[in-house]
Amino acid sequence: MSELKSFYGRFSRNRIAFSGLIVLTIIVTGGLLADIIAPADKGRIDLEHSLEAPSLKHPFGTDSFGRDLFSRVTHGSRVSLTVGFVARTISIIIGLVMGLISGFYGGKIDSVIMRLADITFAFPTLLLLVAIMAVVAPGISTLIAVLGVVGWAAIARLVRAQVMTIRKRQYVQAAESSGIGTFSLVFRHILPQCISPVIVVYTMGLGMTIMAESSLSFLGLGVQPPSPSWGRMISDGIIFMRSAWWLTIFPGIILSLTVSSLNLVGDGFRDAFDPKYVYTKEKD
Amino acid sequence: MLKFVTRRVAQLVPILFGVISVTFLIMYIIPGDPVLSLVGERYDDETIGRIREELGLNKPLPIQYVDYIGKVIRLDFGRSFVTGRPVIESIKEYFPRTLLLAFSSMLIAVVAGVIIGAISSLNRFKWLGRALMSFSLVGVSIPVFWLGLLLIYLFAIKLSILPPSGYGNGSLRYLILPAVTLSFASMATVARVSRASFLDIASEDFIRTARAKGLNEFVVFGKHLFRNALIPVITIVGTDFGSYLGGSVLTESIFGWPGLGRHIVQAILKRDFPVIQGAVLFMAVLFMLVNLMVDLSYGFIDPRIRVAGKEE
Repeated sequence: MSELKSFYGRFSRNRIAFSGLIVLTIIVTGGLLADIIAPADKGRIDLEHSLEAPSLKHPFGTDSFGRDLFSRVTHGSRVSLTVGFVARTISIIIGLVMGLISGFYGGKIDSVIMRLADITFAFPTLLLLVAIMAVVAPGISTLIAVLGVVGWAAIARLVRAQVMTIRKRQYVQAAESSGIGTFSLVFRHILPQCISPVIVVYTMGLGMTIMAESSLSFLGLGVQPPSPSWGRMISDGIIFMRSAWWLTIFPGIILSLTVSSLNLVGDGFRDAFDPKYVYTKEKD
Repeated sequence: MLKFVTRRVAQLVPILFGVISVTFLIMYIIPGDPVLSLVGERYDDETIGRIREELGLNKPLPIQYVDYIGKVIRLDFGRSFVTGRPVIESIKEYFPRTLLLAFSSMLIAVVAGVIIGAISSLNRFKWLGRALMSFSLVGVSIPVFWLGLLLIYLFAIKLSILPPSGYGNGSLRYLILPAVTLSFASMATVARVSRASFLDIASEDFIRTARAKGLNEFVVFGKHLFRNALIPVITIVGTDFGSYLGGSVLTESIFGWPGLGRHIVQAILKRDFPVIQGAVLFMAVLFMLVNLMVDLSYGFIDPRIRVAGKEE
């Protein structure tokens, strides 16, 4: 408990990271309460009020169908955050399992898993995502699955390295030589030590995953209309850029705010967990 | 050194096969019959049979796989479903423009990034240093496609000083906006890494020695600090090369830059699978080679790296 307290102390002293957390909380709350703060009737098509500039009634203006952009963006945060969280969780689970196996058993299975990771790394990530999304049936569930599966390699590498160092520690070797089973060795002694770096990588990767989701949706390969997504809103706004700048500007601001606050929070987590922890940049 | 080079190259072979297999598999999972999307509405069974034979789709999967590897090694990526043109020809036509864009962005990213990193390391306790670092954190968080649109809005629509899109036969005016857009995220990373590296090197003994023997600050910074701090930047340029290639898909589409990235997007819209497959494989292999060169250059710079990793 005291560990948690000192973690919180270190984190909250980091003013930049803390402000990131506040912004993030606002965006997540907005997404959760989307139905209350942005009721569905505001998002209805209303051609008489299409392409209206931002006003008190429509803080982000209206789109070409007369829909209130603020409620579209708010509902879009739900989609983006869900895709990001679920996909990232899939990556973490695959990465943890692969990394644990790789680091714990070593040998042949380790080199097979690491070669698989190398192959994933060999592709420029966005390009691999584009190629896969171009051939599978588009939609939120395939998007989540593809983003989740493609993101495993960095985590597996991190966990593997972590497991290999932890295993050399005296207390783990003591536990091992005292004859405890593999199961409790892994789950009681090794896994808990991997948690903090994994949380950091989870948070940092979350921003990148949301960015990848928007990029794919922007290209028309991700979230399909009528589901609202920030990337799609931005690309829909392009043809109106001369007359209705708000259509591209506002979804982009919220998207950038989300990604940057996730990065700031991840940065803060890293420093708070361990001031000496050397940050290895996750491959984009 | 030769041993080090051969070992690194040998390590690459299984990965290369893996990459080829992945691109093969991706195109194999296409839902529906690719031949139907090829012939379109007007087809008869005979034509379909003939095309199947031509593409080798009637053979069993392992044979198709072996055929595919054989072709790829001879740089035969098949023909476009739409135009019938060999994919390698299109790559030859479009890729140099992507390379021009990528290198220009890299230049901007490295020069601007190192300058920002150096300034903020020298001012790390002042507001300027902090502001520059926050800026670089925001820099990696701005989606490249949105940044591009923002720049178009500002410089092409509002100020009308630069063209919004197009290639303009490669003239500089057309290159500026897409190059800056593509460089942004990498510039931010270079700034962070070079700052950390400047601070790291600044606390080394040889810097203290240089100061102690009375060299002026300018020489210490330029000759001793700068050169050594640049080494980590090389790695970033290597790993970020992938983001240039991936980012080119978005940047080129926004700016109507006729490179390979935009060509891929157009191929996706037309469901021209051989083009997607060939172009993606090409870029992945290129990315691998760039990383290999980065690794090897490390070996040249630092002899310790040549022996490290042997026991793995």
